[in-house]
Amino acid sequence: MSPSITVIDYGLGNIRSVSKALALAGGDVRISAEIKKIESSDGIVLPGVGAFGKGMENLKKAGLIKVINSQIEAGKPCLGICLGLQMLFSVSEEHGSSPGMDIIKGKVKLFRNDLKIPHMGWNKVKFQNSPTGESGMFEGIADESYFYFVHSYYVSPEDAALVSSTTDYGDEFASSVVKDNLWAVQFHPEKSGKDGLRIMKNFIARCGGKNE
Amino acid sequence: MNDPQKRKSSALAKRIIPCLDVKNGRVVKGVNFVDLVDAGDPVQIAAAYARAGADELVYLDITASVEKRPAMLEIVAKTAEQVFIPLTVGGGIRKLSDISDLLKAGADKVSMNTSAVENPSLIREASREFGAQCIITAIDAKKTAPGKWEVYTYGGRKATGIDVIYWAKKTVELGSGEILLTSMDKDGTQSGFDIELTAAVSEAVSVPVIASGGAGELIHLKDALDKGKADAVLAASIFHFGKFSITETKKYLRENNIPVRI
Repeated sequence: MSPSITVIDYGLGNIRSVSKALALAGGDVRISAEIKKIESSDGIVLPGVGAFGKGMENLKKAGLIKVINSQIEAGKPCLGICLGLQMLFSVSEEHGSSPGMDIIKGKVKLFRNDLKIPHMGWNKVKFQNSPTGESGMFEGIADESYFYFVHSYYVSPEDAALVSSTTDYGDEFASSVVKDNLWAVQFHPEKSGKDGLRIMKNFIARCGGKNE
Repeated sequence: MNDPQKRKSSALAKRIIPCLDVKNGRVVKGVNFVDLVDAGDPVQIAAAYARAGADELVYLDITASVEKRPAMLEIVAKTAEQVFIPLTVGGGIRKLSDISDLLKAGADKVSMNTSAVENPSLIREASREFGAQCIITAIDAKKTAPGKWEVYTYGGRKATGIDVIYWAKKTVELGSGEILLTSMDKDGTQSGFDIELTAAVSEAVSVPVIASGGAGELIHLKDALDKGKADAVLAASIFHFGKFSITETKKYLRENNIPVRI
């Protein structure tokens, strides 16, 4: 049986592409903001593009912060994408200082170099802390493969051991983090061609599905 | 900013973007690929380009009648089901609800030209609502004097009197996350991009610039990316008619020290 995956709908982001990619990767995908559905699924995905403050506000309004916290704490596989990665952190510099969900200790910072912002396009992802193998995030993917990014802020976790890959955009930043069953990526696997789909497959495998 | 020593480098790849002109739901002129069942079907062509290694895709809707526009939404939705690289849609976007419909259908970005010039607040509102990353301003530029270009609208039919550099900066201020810059003098000539224009705009703004108009040989793409300082190049006919494949284009660029995704 395909694992059930709930893509959390809080009104931001390209939910359709994320869902289609997860379905192609073998997930039984539903898009929902219902707490019951989130609790009963094998895995959850927190997508998102856009402003940090607006994202947090929408999550609060929909009453989703508590359930996201409790599901991650209970060890349910969770995949955060882009803004869905950033909102897991303690605080963002966007609009001064905006509090996040504080599930991962650390800050979300604005790029401060003279390169163009947003950081937009395909960039190399360099593995850190052995994130491959046994349904690891990057299983079946070559080190320094290209993934698609669109963002102006990046995450900086307090615990460097959580960083599963880095990417160079003037400065080296954390392009993905792994904390037990919580995977979170700054790039967009749903827009990163076959390597992106492979991450989706690896996530589905983590949720109890089969990997090739 | 002006000190080249201090300018940081990055591994970010330069993007190669095929553009499909879509009219009434069909690709105009068709595309000369061997493995296509229907050379006029935008979804099939988009999927073929994604397989071939294109970094993004652009659909330009040149449908004249408003009644036939919804066809594009259906195409975008079908594309999003099977093509997993970024998709931009331009043409005929007049209001916020047009943008929201396209994004919901699965487009990643929208591009506006005439409507941005005539109603700049649309760019501001769209950027606030959907984020700057998905709002592209398309600029059609025509040279008027050395180092001077004028903005044209309505597919190049109407002169606006607006200076291109001024407008490029203005659209970024309003909230554009990217600029799609077309040289009207070079478009369709296959004689190379307007490098001077591309470099002038790219240096004037803090957002990525996609160069368009004039691609005929691989060296033209290389020149736009290094001399022209463009972040991406858009081309149609050189890819559609099989003059160069995406793979050979990228190999050539890599051999010439341009970072590309292969």
